Parts: sequence; structure tokens; C-alpha cells
Amino acid sequence: MLLQYTWFYLWGLLWAVFFMTDGFDFGIGTLYPFLGKSDRDKRVMINSIGPLWDGNEVWLITAGGVTFAAFPQVYATMFSSLYTPLMLILFALIFRGVAFEFRGKIESNGWKKLWDTFIFLGSFLPALLFGVAFANIFQGIPFDGDGIYHGNTLKLLNPYGLLGGVLFVLLFLQHGANWLNIKTTGELRERSILVSKKIWLFLVPVAVIFLIASYFTTSLYENYFKTPALFLVILATVAALFATRFFIEKQLFFKAWFASALTIVGAIFFGVIGLFPALFPSSMDKAFSLTAFNASSSPLTLKIMLGVVLVFIPIVIIYQAWAYHFFKEPVTQEDLDMDEAY
Amino acid sequence: MDPVFLSRLQFAAATMFHFLFVPLTLGISVIIAYMETKYARTGEEVYLRMTKFWGKLFLINFALGVVTGITLEFQFGTNWSRYSEYVGDVFGSLLAIEASVAFFLESTFIGIWIFGWKKMSAKAHAGVMWVVAAAGNLSGIWILTANGFMQNPVGYTIRNGRAELTDFFAVLFNYHGILEILHVLPSGLLVSSFFIMGISAYHLLKKQEIDLFTRSFKIALFVGLASSIIVALVGDFHGVNVAKTQPAKLAAMESHWETQTRAPIVLFAIPDESREKNLIEIGSIPGILSFLGFHDFNATVIGLKDIPKDERPPVLPTFIGFRTMVGIGTLLILLTIYGWFKRDKLMESPTYLKWMLFSIPLPYIAIEMGWVVSEVGRQPWIVYGVLKTSDAVSPIAGNQVLFSLIGFIIVYGMLGALGFYLISKYAKQGPEAAATK
Repeated sequence: MLLQYTWFYLWGLLWAVFFMTDGFDFGIGTLYPFLGKSDRDKRVMINSIGPLWDGNEVWLITAGGVTFAAFPQVYATMFSSLYTPLMLILFALIFRGVAFEFRGKIESNGWKKLWDTFIFLGSFLPALLFGVAFANIFQGIPFDGDGIYHGNTLKLLNPYGLLGGVLFVLLFLQHGANWLNIKTTGELRERSILVSKKIWLFLVPVAVIFLIASYFTTSLYENYFKTPALFLVILATVAALFATRFFIEKQLFFKAWFASALTIVGAIFFGVIGLFPALFPSSMDKAFSLTAFNASSSPLTLKIMLGVVLVFIPIVIIYQAWAYHFFKEPVTQEDLDMDEAY
Repeated sequence: MDPVFLSRLQFAAATMFHFLFVPLTLGISVIIAYMETKYARTGEEVYLRMTKFWGKLFLINFALGVVTGITLEFQFGTNWSRYSEYVGDVFGSLLAIEASVAFFLESTFIGIWIFGWKKMSAKAHAGVMWVVAAAGNLSGIWILTANGFMQNPVGYTIRNGRAELTDFFAVLFNYHGILEILHVLPSGLLVSSFFIMGISAYHLLKKQEIDLFTRSFKIALFVGLASSIIVALVGDFHGVNVAKTQPAKLAAMESHWETQTRAPIVLFAIPDESREKNLIEIGSIPGILSFLGFHDFNATVIGLKDIPKDERPPVLPTFIGFRTMVGIGTLLILLTIYGWFKRDKLMESPTYLKWMLFSIPLPYIAIEMGWVVSEVGRQPWIVYGVLKTSDAVSPIAGNQVLFSLIGFIIVYGMLGALGFYLISKYAKQGPEAAATK
């Protein structure tokens, strides 16, 4: 019981960390065509995440891998049910990664424009689709007791699903702009700061509407009403969202970025806590829902994996934090002149 | 449309494409780390330029390897959900450990390596490359251990309607998995050594950067000689192990129909699966198959006819794959041995250099064929003796898979073409001019 309990929240945490880290990469890729006025601006933007995006993306592999290891049935049903959106996300991520590497390899405007488009789509689409997918999971997915999916991809684009998509995009835009405030200089930075303030104006109402819509379209709040102390998580998330704006105003950009990171983690945990104990709820019948207790791996596997995760994830966090620290200075002309730069 | 067939096609396309890039990543990262260490120790600029030149080709290749790897992990869920449910307890943890123990390390440190040139000492920077190289190969170890479980499942019991882990160490130290690791990781070095020798040969033939490319060639030659021999030796152990654990695969590798002692190998044959015999057989040498499989000329080798029809792998691809792999492998050993005697007179051996230039694709073909033998030869099982491939597929519509398969073919075809174009463009362009760094 305790093992499954622990794994449920670890599972949520790994997904949250993925969105917290790769989230600002998605945000910057989405802002890219709008903020990047010149080729130099664009290069500053992609080089601002150049050393980090690959390590960030591994959180997705880990979140997926851990879902496979700890909850194989969830892994199987979730990814086969959401086949088409997941494939779209994966293709988008392929293009994004390749675009970073390929863009600067041939000196031609057409070539660069092509990969610029893929950097945008490869960032915007995953942000949107992950949001749509998670919002639909919060609502429940139509699958039966044999794990057979009875919905279709277009039905995922229901109002609540789309609202989730918009929320994710805005969260990541905020997070990305906050990173650019740290990593850029001069005129680009001025524009980035302005944009980070504007995004916030859109993010707040969307977040509020999402919280209200969740009350009417999902049963996420049941757990909260059972244990009202849990509302503190929502409060903390909202506090982080307001702190983001406060720190931007004070020009404390690292703190603003931490605050938007916390907002993302909070947003994911809002849903994860509400879902408990289900990881993948069925909208056809509650009895079909896959939960931490009916869809987990054997105790032996859970124990081994817990050992692995408790030892290695802290190590990963230490060296990734070091890498972040190592590349915390704004992108300079010298950085751009390097042969290896994007 | 049949989702099993389409999903198999899709997985084959995705893994084989992924594996066009992985071996070079695994092998060349080690060689580049060695070159950069040379630079850090001696301060000789030629090693710095060498590191940067091969590093650039490595990075283009690396990007394609990374992005095509992501889809693989998720395809177990999207296309093989019954498999994932059935063996996730054992198999899933290996993938999760791979990500958290190895892939994180590789991906984080590659970023530091690319962007950290001016931010750290030469020694520290070379150290970062060693971390990248070690982590990449460590990733390979976990993935091959996972594949080893599919080939020779151990350490599990069937409980609660699925395979549950009972002995983690049995899975880790699975003899089949260890052989795979010892066969596949050196083959990465082999691919990389021929890659380096071939491109060096190109420039030596054009008499450009002779010092840099002679040195590169010699480093790669040593690696190529050692790895080609190791790959072949471990391959022999592999054959013996397959004979013992997967008799159907061995029989298909040799298109061997009748159970017999002193079993022969045939040099050339055209298998006819419907009539259960070979249409044409040329050059049959008695006893050799018995010897290869059991190290005993008189051993009995089970023929395909004694294996139930629904448990036989497709013979033709397994048979051709095995022959191609072994044939090329032998050729690569000969090429490196010959090169060893030519190593101090490369510039006087233009013919040999030309051979080496045209040999770049050979190890690629050999390793792809090796996977065909390994994976097609395991059919109809997805987990040998435990779960059939036809029972492993997701309950999804065929047309969904058809669309994604078409997507894979178009996207991968395009990216592959561009990737190899860029690699050859920068390979031909040669290293950056001296003294700019």
C-alpha cells in the first residue's frame, strides 16, 4: 500500500519536473518567431537553452519509463489510447531537436526559415497537446475493462481539453519568457520583460477559469473536499503565480523563474492530487479506472525501482543544477561566435 | 489493415533507423574522448583540431540518434500495449533505469561539452567527453539487457496473469544479455573506426591535412583491428548460445531443414519455406554447422522440420542476414589486418585508401543485418517461449498505425537524407584552419 502510494506521487512528480524543465524550452520555442526579430535574436534565444534542452527532455523519457516500470498497465492503456496525439508530440519533438542542430549548418535563408518553423511547431504543439491530453485525463478517458479505447482523437479537443492546452501553453510561455529575462541582454531583454508581463495578464484569467471549469467537468475536487488541507496546494500555486509577477516587477528574474517553475509543478499537482488514486481514470465506468493499487507492478519491482530513483534522481538533480548554474550568465557575442553554438 | 504486421513494420523501421546513428555515437565518443585527452595532456594543437573536426560530425549524428530514440520507448506503449502489460514488471524497469542512470548523464554532459569549451580547463573538458562516452555506452548496456530478456527470459514467474520479477540479478547477469553487450558495444567502435578511416582516407587521397588525418587513421586502425576481432570472437560464443537456447533461430540462420548429426553449412542456398527445403544448395561442408553451434563436429543440430510450423521464424531474412553479417565481418578483419601492415606508408597506398573510403557503409550493413538475425530470428516470439508477437499488439485500429507508419517513413527518410548529407558535407569540408581557437 505504502509503496504504491509513494509511487503514485513519484509518478506525478516526475511528470511535473518534466514540464517544469522542458517547459521553458517549449515556451521559448513558441515565443521564438515573435520575439526573435533578427537572426542574432533568434540565435540568442536558442542558445539560451542550447546546453540544457536535451537534459530537460530526458525527464520525459524518465517519466515515461517510470510509468512503464511502476504502472505497466497504465503505460500500456494510456499510450495506446492516446496513440495519435502522442505520435504527433513525438514527431514534433523530433523536429525540434533536429532543428536546433541543423539550423546553423547551412548558410541560407530558406534553410534557416524552414528550421525556424520547426522550432516553433516543435515547441508549441507538444505544449498544447500535453495540455489537452492531461486535461482529458483529468476528465477521464473512454476505455473499457480490457483497456480498449472507445473514443477518437477529435473528441479530445473538447472545451475543457482545449482549455487545458491553452493553460499549458501560457504556463510555458511565462516560464520561457522568465528564462529569457535571465539569459538575454539589451533590446531583446527589454522586449522579453515586456512580454513576460503581458503573458501573465492572460495566464491569470485562464488559470482561474481552468480551476472553475475543473469543478464542473471533473471530479478532481472530491479529494480536496475530503481533506480540505489539500486546498493549500492550490493556494500555494496561486501564490507562486502572483510571486512570478512580483519578482518580474522587482527585476529579480531568477526568483521569477523559480516562481513560474513552482506554478507549473503546482498546476500538475493540482490534477495529480485530485486524481488520486487513479492514474488513468475511465469515463465509461469508475470500475475500469487504472489506479495506483490495481495497475502497479509487483512489490519487488516497486522496491527496486524506488531504490534506483531515490539514489539516482537526487544525483541527476545535483549535476543538472550544476549545469544550470554553469550556464546562468546571459548569452554573449563570444558564445555565439563559438563554432559549436547553434 | 493488420495492426500486428503494420506495428512490426513500424517498429522495425524505427529501430533500424535509430540504429544507423547509435553505434557511431557509442564508438566515436570514446575515440574523441581519447583524442581530446591527448590534447589536454600534450597541448598539441593537431589533437584539438582533430577533436573539433570529428566532434562536429559526431554531434550531427548524435542529434539524430537522440530524437529517434524517444519514439522507441513510447512505441512499446502505443503499439505493443499487451506486451507492455505482460512483461512491464521486468522490462519496464530496465528502460526506466536506463533513463535515470545513463541517459540523463549523457544528455546533460553533452550540453556541457558543446557549450563549455571556453568555460573550463582542457582537462576538465576532456573529462566531460569521457562522461558522455561512458554514459552512452552505459545506456547501451541497459537497453541490451532489456533485449536480452526478450531473447532469453530469466528471473521471472508467471503470476497475476503476467510475468513478474523474481530475481533482479538473474535479469542483470543474463548470459544472453551479456553476450549482446560484448558483441554490440565493440561493433559501435568498429563502425566508428571505419567511419574515421574512410573519411581520413578521403582527405589523404586529396593530400589535405596529412598529419591530422594520418594520426586519426592510425588511432582508428588500432580500434578497428581490436574491435573487429572481438566482435567476431563474441559472435562465435553467441552462435553457441543460440544453438542451445534458440534452436529455431540457428536452424533459420543456416536454412537447415533436417535434424542430423555432422550438420553441414551451405555456402549458398535459396530457402523454400513452403516446401520445407532449399531450392538450390551449393557448397555444402559437412560437420561445420555442428561445430559452430556446439564446438563438436558430430553434434546433432535440430532442423526446421522438427520445429512446429507456427514456431518457425521467417527463414529467408534470417538466413541472408546472417550470411551478410558474417561475410562483412570477415572482410572487415582482413581490411584492418592489411591496414596494420600499411600503417606507416598510407600515403603510398592509394588503392588501400580507396577501399577504406568505400568501406564506410560496410559495418553499418553488417550491424543492421545482425539485428535482423537477432530479432526476425526470434519470431514468432516477442519474448522467447513466453509471449508471441501476435498476442502483444495494442487493441488499436490498423489505419491509425498505417498513418503513423507513413509518417515515420516520410519523416525519417527526410531527416536521414539531410543528416547524412550534412555529415558528408562537413566531412568533406575538413577541419577548421589552424590557430583560430
